[in-house]
Amino acid sequence: MKTVEEIKAAIEGAVPGAGVTVVTNPSPAAQHSLLLRPESAVAVAAFLRDSPELAFDYLSNVTGVDWPDKEIAEKVKVTRQVKKTVDGVEQTVEETVEETRKRVEPGYLEAVYHLYSVALKHGPLVIRMRTANRADKVELPSLTPVWRGAELQEREVFDLYGIVFAGHPDLRRILMWDGFKDYPMRKDYVEPDDYEYEPTAHDQVLKRAQEHRAADAAQGTSHPSEQKSLAGDPGRG
Amino acid sequence: MSVAETKTEKLDGWNRPPVIEPDGEGELLEVAMGPHHPSTHGVFRMDVALDGERVIRLKPVFGYLHRNHEKIAEGTTYLASMPYTDRLDYFCSLSNNWAYALAVEKLVGQEVPERAEYIRVILAELTRVQNHASTIGFLLQEMGASGTPLMYAFREREKILDLFESLTGSRMMCNYMRFGGCRVDISEPWLAATRKVVAGLPAFVDEFEALLSSNEILMARCQGVGVLKPDLAVNAGISGPMLRASGVNYDIRKIDHYGVYDRFKFRVPLGDHGDIYDRYMVRVLEMRESIGILNQALKEIPSGPIMDPKAKIRNFRPKAGEAYGRIEAPKGELGFYLISDGGPNPYRYRVRPPSLINLTVLEDMCLGQNVADVVLIFGSVDIVLGEVDR
Repeated sequence: MKTVEEIKAAIEGAVPGAGVTVVTNPSPAAQHSLLLRPESAVAVAAFLRDSPELAFDYLSNVTGVDWPDKEIAEKVKVTRQVKKTVDGVEQTVEETVEETRKRVEPGYLEAVYHLYSVALKHGPLVIRMRTANRADKVELPSLTPVWRGAELQEREVFDLYGIVFAGHPDLRRILMWDGFKDYPMRKDYVEPDDYEYEPTAHDQVLKRAQEHRAADAAQGTSHPSEQKSLAGDPGRG
Repeated sequence: MSVAETKTEKLDGWNRPPVIEPDGEGELLEVAMGPHHPSTHGVFRMDVALDGERVIRLKPVFGYLHRNHEKIAEGTTYLASMPYTDRLDYFCSLSNNWAYALAVEKLVGQEVPERAEYIRVILAELTRVQNHASTIGFLLQEMGASGTPLMYAFREREKILDLFESLTGSRMMCNYMRFGGCRVDISEPWLAATRKVVAGLPAFVDEFEALLSSNEILMARCQGVGVLKPDLAVNAGISGPMLRASGVNYDIRKIDHYGVYDRFKFRVPLGDHGDIYDRYMVRVLEMRESIGILNQALKEIPSGPIMDPKAKIRNFRPKAGEAYGRIEAPKGELGFYLISDGGPNPYRYRVRPPSLINLTVLEDMCLGQNVADVVLIFGSVDIVLGEVDR
């Protein structure tokens, strides 16, 4: 299989303006990935599938990943003009102070696709797409029109992470029930308090059964086994 | 560039199943098959819209066994997730273990000693034999054979599970593979018992085939039913015996060269038509090939350590990075995708479930067929809900 850089060059030759970047993978597995831009992702995917040298006709795996906002504290050297008294005289002196500045690097949701080729028996090629942020811009193009294998897996990523795949034929929840709110696999998911509560008819049914038994005892129509217990048999619990 | 502009001949009509028109008068009957159903392999529901007996629309619904395995894994260490992988495809726990161990070994670049690789192959092929036998047994059960083929298959399966129990301590939830080898070494008595079981397997497969392969009911109900075309199979990410029954020569044991499979001679059975009968035959032939691999492995197994002495067990923190490792599990391509951030727990742990992805084309295969065939087609896909829902 060609290296990731060669594939990137091939993509940029075929799909102008693709804007593909290489994301290196520091682990020994060395499965480097290509970061696609959402605007050109479907065209790039179609090229990867249809090109005769690459022939990535088999989509193996679609994964969602949540990268939350990161707060980074940086130490920055700041030079300022400060009024100070030096030797009794007030002067304006330049002073260099080290300050800690906090900045927030915005997080994003990511969809990672693993591609293989059945025709040429090579792989894997890893491609990724990132959303703009985790709050409102969570749309990505669906690759289901290119590989049908993405259908159920993109539904699962939508269900568990909240990435909306534009162009998916049937985007709805797959593992959680339809009325479920929120996206469970996100790092900041909090379970609702009343999660375990399941409303049953237990108390209402018990009340009706007790009324039924009382009415039967008054009329004398209770079941023979019940009559013994009504007579106060201590053996029955 | 919008999606609509990139339509080519290949793209068109493939991202959803074809729409067929009901040809009768009256309304469609909507049936929910499941989740409590004797013929769905676990808690699984199919919302079927019927025109008489013909299936017009079929939507699978699952999630009834969702146990958020992936989120639990984000809160547990790498090694502590190993028992959870047993419970994914609970028929083939040793294959699940191996796939996870393979992915972690890829993540850290861990070597596995030779004896451990041979043990892994032996256990994986035993798992494959008992899985395929059970699948065929369940398929015949759904055809109305009332459990006789199933019990024949389970009789062999019990012998194999006895081997697993004496080696790993548990029949089904084995928790045996480790990152860098296996947990416990096999002994000579165990090898002798395994050789005895494997020697009895060809007779079992012969008996199975003699009773089933030319059975009139099986042939009438399975041939030409639930056809899956090879190009749709590849595009839909189908893997395992279902893919090979459609005629696509793709066996991960031969493609990825993982483990020591390169040392064994075995063939890959392929089907011609992609119907249920081909999937049944591919599984029978794969059982025979597995027996061949087992004979070779049991003869050639070397002595040596079963765990890499340099493997890091305590305080196992892989460097930041990611890896995707996959094996040819009995159900298909079972893959694990791990993202590590340098901590003791994985940052992202993803299971690529073959059963779920093989269900992508369930609707395509069932449209236009009778509702009775839906149960058979579903049985021939060979799913386990533990893997579909995780």
